[in-house]
Amino acid sequence: MTVQYSELIQPERVHGSLYTDPSIFAEELDRIWYRTWVCVGHASEVARPGDYVRKKVAAQDVIMTRSTDGEISLLLNRCAHRGNLVCEDERGNSGSFRCPYHGWTYRNTGEMLGYPYNQGYGGKGKLSLGLGRVPRVDTYQGFVFASFAADGPSLKEHLGAAAGELDRLARLSPEGEVELTAGWLKHRAKANWKLLVENETDGYHPQFVHGSVFSVTGSHIGNLYSDKSTAVTRDLGGGHSENDLRPEFRRMGTPMTWFGTSEAKVPEYVAKMRELHGKQAEEILIEGAPHVMVFPNLFVAEISVFMIQPTAVDETVQNVTAVQLKGAPEMNRRLLSQCVGSVGPAGMLLADDSEMYERNQRGMAARMPEWLDIRRGVGRERVDENGFRVGAANDETGMRGFWSHYRSLMEREDAR
Amino acid sequence: MSSLAEHTGLDLREVERFLYREARLADEHDYDGWEALWTDDALYWVPAGSPDADPQRLMSVIYDNRSRIRTRISQLKTGKRYAQSPPSNMRRLISNIEVVAVEGADTVVGANFLLIESRERGTTMWAGRTTYRLRRVEDDIRLAYKKVVLVDSAEALSTLAFLI
Repeated sequence: MTVQYSELIQPERVHGSLYTDPSIFAEELDRIWYRTWVCVGHASEVARPGDYVRKKVAAQDVIMTRSTDGEISLLLNRCAHRGNLVCEDERGNSGSFRCPYHGWTYRNTGEMLGYPYNQGYGGKGKLSLGLGRVPRVDTYQGFVFASFAADGPSLKEHLGAAAGELDRLARLSPEGEVELTAGWLKHRAKANWKLLVENETDGYHPQFVHGSVFSVTGSHIGNLYSDKSTAVTRDLGGGHSENDLRPEFRRMGTPMTWFGTSEAKVPEYVAKMRELHGKQAEEILIEGAPHVMVFPNLFVAEISVFMIQPTAVDETVQNVTAVQLKGAPEMNRRLLSQCVGSVGPAGMLLADDSEMYERNQRGMAARMPEWLDIRRGVGRERVDENGFRVGAANDETGMRGFWSHYRSLMEREDAR
Repeated sequence: MSSLAEHTGLDLREVERFLYREARLADEHDYDGWEALWTDDALYWVPAGSPDADPQRLMSVIYDNRSRIRTRISQLKTGKRYAQSPPSNMRRLISNIEVVAVEGADTVVGANFLLIESRERGTTMWAGRTTYRLRRVEDDIRLAYKKVVLVDSAEALSTLAFLI
């Protein structure tokens, strides 16, 4: 049976089966997760030669390594002999991996190094069975991306306008570099991955889902998404979208408001940024960090970085860590503390988002009305000076952009 | 054990009574009662990944000082903390209680727990070892520190919005 995606994905509504049908999930693995560029991790997680860390691309167990010459590889964690895992530790430093089953060894770039009792294979150097390697690996602002397709759009082409948002994150560091060195929380949700992706730039839900924490902390975040907000939701193309909160932060016009603090609390950081950037420092310190969903799985929410990993049609793991800015220890302590309070299984924000994803998934077991509605703001959308579709702060412009790109990938003639 | 009791005035029976009460308040969502157990220098910590992970440098599931405990409890009390509204039904068993050390006015206690959580998502089993720091304050025992090391802290976790 061939799925007719053009019927399931319409301009103002999408069909519930897209979130519940296991055969669609299987097609997504082929056409999205094992084809397009997927974010795997960050170069700072393997800072030194020999460093490695285990990662996941959907169901694929991948080892991210840094070789002696500094190059990052993504190796599939599967011995060429009997399919055993060659790496069990979550992270470490080693120039090679040795399969514990029969002792086959591989360099940290994947080439075979040796196999014990080699006479059984006619002697040394007779076999050249390496580990599987993700065909294309590229980085942007240190974010490491994988594509299982040997060819296709480059990472730069894939990122398009979303690249500028990662630049905007990096420029908050006095050294121009983000580091993801705080380790990851892994939060499991019984929900389809697309519910998470759609929620990330949904400006309609914060006042409802997060009203509890906003009310007890006096947070101004809810106002950023209110009907009076001057912030916008932008479809950045390529399935990427953002909540551009800069209009609100510019209106407030004070450095560090984006971070819910004032410059008096982080004087060393602010001084360093002013020394480095001169006049432009005010713009950087006022506009703050992006809130951007990079298709299909990288979400930067100002102070937190999420990598979404689908594990089944109705189960997803949301990996999350704090943004750390190289050269800004004063900021990093606060970034970590705020992030820990907000995200993950016990987070005062994300636990409630996750509860909603799970209720969405359960609700969709109901047979009617079959569709999910994504029309909010259609009538007031405009095209901005750069040609991107823009809606109000709480419009579903980002979701429509996501679905349009999703459909183009799922409908590709050569997808199989 | 008798020498420990001399130093702190906390014997194992008192320790047990406190741990059981703390567990019951958490299980029954008695938020005010549970919050009142804490000292002003409180620390409530659930590490992620390794139990020895430095919380000043690495992500934790929970890393609450007294002020953040207050925020967490206030959020639960709004009734709109959806991850706990409706609240989970749960019961935990506390066992293998050991007095680990006496440090000044504090008695450090270790104990295992097994917790069954039931909510519409399904039934989840949580287990681990908790380190408590108990302090006698006048006629009362108060909680200065609670570190909960989950047996599955290295794996992906379901939402944990109740008091663990």
